[in-house]
Amino acid sequence: MKNRMCAFALGLIGASAVAVPAFAVDLDITCRCVIGGVNSATAEWLEEQVIPAFEAANPDINVTLNQFGGEDAQLTQQLALDFSTGAGPDISAFDGFLIPAFAEGGQLKSLDDLIGEDYANWEGWDHISPGIRSIMSYDGETYGIGLGTDVRMIFVRKDLLEQAGIPADWQPTSWDDVLDAARKLKEAGVEAPLQLNAGVAMGEATTMQGYWMALLGTGEGVTDENGKFIVESQGILDVLNLYKTIYVDEGLGDQRAQLLADGRNRSFANFRDGKTAMLVEGDWFYRSVTAPGSEFEVADRGNVMSWVKMPAEEPGSAIRGQDFVSISGGTGFVINPNTDAPMEAWKLLSFMMSKEQMTAFQDYQPGIRSRSDVPIPNNPFLTETSQTLLPLTTARPNDPNYNAVSQEIQRMTEAVVSGELSPEEAMAQYKAAVTAIVGEENTVSLL
Amino acid sequence: MTTEPISTQPQRKVRNFALLSNRAGAAFMLPAGLLVSVFVIVPFFWVIFVSFTNRTLIGKTALNPDFVGLGNYLALFDPATFFQRGQFGFSLILTTQFVLMSALVGQALLGLLLAWLIQTVPPWIKRITETFVIAAWILPEVVIGFAWFAFLDRDAGTLNMLLTGLGLPPGDFLLQQPFWVIVVFNTWRGAAFSMMLFNSAFSSIPPSYFQAADVAGASSWQKFRDIGLPLIRGHIVTDLILITMWTFNTFTPFLLTNGGPSYRTELVSIYNYRVAFQDFQFGKGAAVGVIMMLINLAFALIYLRLGRKKAPKS
Repeated sequence: MKNRMCAFALGLIGASAVAVPAFAVDLDITCRCVIGGVNSATAEWLEEQVIPAFEAANPDINVTLNQFGGEDAQLTQQLALDFSTGAGPDISAFDGFLIPAFAEGGQLKSLDDLIGEDYANWEGWDHISPGIRSIMSYDGETYGIGLGTDVRMIFVRKDLLEQAGIPADWQPTSWDDVLDAARKLKEAGVEAPLQLNAGVAMGEATTMQGYWMALLGTGEGVTDENGKFIVESQGILDVLNLYKTIYVDEGLGDQRAQLLADGRNRSFANFRDGKTAMLVEGDWFYRSVTAPGSEFEVADRGNVMSWVKMPAEEPGSAIRGQDFVSISGGTGFVINPNTDAPMEAWKLLSFMMSKEQMTAFQDYQPGIRSRSDVPIPNNPFLTETSQTLLPLTTARPNDPNYNAVSQEIQRMTEAVVSGELSPEEAMAQYKAAVTAIVGEENTVSLL
Repeated sequence: MTTEPISTQPQRKVRNFALLSNRAGAAFMLPAGLLVSVFVIVPFFWVIFVSFTNRTLIGKTALNPDFVGLGNYLALFDPATFFQRGQFGFSLILTTQFVLMSALVGQALLGLLLAWLIQTVPPWIKRITETFVIAAWILPEVVIGFAWFAFLDRDAGTLNMLLTGLGLPPGDFLLQQPFWVIVVFNTWRGAAFSMMLFNSAFSSIPPSYFQAADVAGASSWQKFRDIGLPLIRGHIVTDLILITMWTFNTFTPFLLTNGGPSYRTELVSIYNYRVAFQDFQFGKGAAVGVIMMLINLAFALIYLRLGRKKAPKS
């Protein structure tokens, strides 16, 4: 209420100030992207390509890019507060898994409500598959436009594997294979051979790249087939014991990187500096993090860096009886539900996602884009990973409580990798916490 | 002190000397009163109200929170989880230890020691000491937090460079000893207040007392124990209560450790922040806030009670 009054008063002042000269509109766009820093290519694409082209076509609209340099979780926190108080940018980059929680909380409005006809008639929907569209959707409504999807794998340093006597065509088929390789690497002098994300500081990167990638290999997910959250199971215990082996019992990974506030960057630096030889990450790690010219650029990347599929705990033990696993998410852009200029914001958003601008994005960062009419660049890495891993991949539950449960997963892994709790104790705490969040009727025990 | 209700008659006479009528006075008070009620009193009751709901920032209960009665409070004090790491009880105990070590032992003792020592040194040393100690107190928290973070960093920190320079083994202080880091930090940060308070208290003691003691051949320790301490007892009590309240509510250690690793430095203020603004559980966060308000109220009542007791004597 207070904010509406404020917005009204400010709006009046603003309107009377600009009404006379021209009907200029200012649009703000925010992403976790910084030129020369994280997601540099996105920032460069927006700043150098999209904004000049858009302003040239729409002289009465000024666009400003806010480059957010903090962590993903901090941007989420900022957006949750901004969007519920009528503040914040007009358009923001957004991770698809948060759509349900924001939509239920009133921090996002569906494009149908906010834009209406222009949204429904957008030419781009003919070129975006329902699967990709669902990444930015919840309950049958679309809340934003996705940039694309991703897949996860183990990135390896071929030079270090060779040093440890592991053959070049190595493909692990079980967790034991991965651990054996890590032990050999450790013996060969690699400080922290294996990186499987854990801990609170890495946020969703812990849940996606670490916990999920291991859990899927046990044949389980975070929820069961009825959408109930699994709070006790042999799979959870196996995953926690895997963490314990890596970080506590055998020191096969960099324990500090899981606990420090900037631990994720530390894990990237370890890989760059040859202290880590196997790192579980999404293709973003290849496209952006280690790309030439970025902070964590791997020298001589073409010869040194490769990838293998993440194996199941035992061959055939993974979800759907698979031997290998992957999980996909996706990011995109959403419109602030309280924006003063929804139509102009939509104009910019649909312009960004037009065939022309998306094709231009490929020059900054080649990737598999949401639009099927944007040509896939001739990039062996992208072609191979998508062909191999997309058939194996899984998606996170589209549930408004997922984010809160994911935070409990991060706490559970941190309790184990820091050596504070045994896997059994950590799982008991997880059970109590998740039951408090979703209610006992929405949980299930598999023990 | 002037609110004694017994003497109504003289008070009325005093009022006649007022520059303004009651009504004009009230009119002048109105803007301030409105501001206070909008920004202090209304939020106060709003927080109490929210603490009885399961309101969250995002998700289903953001728009349609349910009334849960004492549910949030019962969850906070649930004996099954109360003492677990990352729960309210653990945080409360940690905060108590933090207050004991960093405020009562650290700040008060260090402040007392510094105040006593600078009584006898040449004025220029006294001034330099005061400048440095007070600088630690008045610098902005973010600057201080960053400086300490850089100082203690394992790989490129100043402290480890000094240690290795002296041939000593470097330490991983922020991860291995996070509790002691924030204790030392808060002692360093807040000792200035105690020092200034005790300094002015010592200055108010007539010099003749000490001169007489000197004639009798008393040592410095004897003068401190038998003259200094007894005469500033009231100041010590005031100081202890004030720094207890401040330390109980301090949030600055968050800048050093983020409350971690694994909640090992999660003081109640940081716990409250995490529950409300990182987990987005406004209802539970409000309940923590209400309990913190009650604890502060208790401190404030003790403080006011002591202040009243002292007043009639002087």
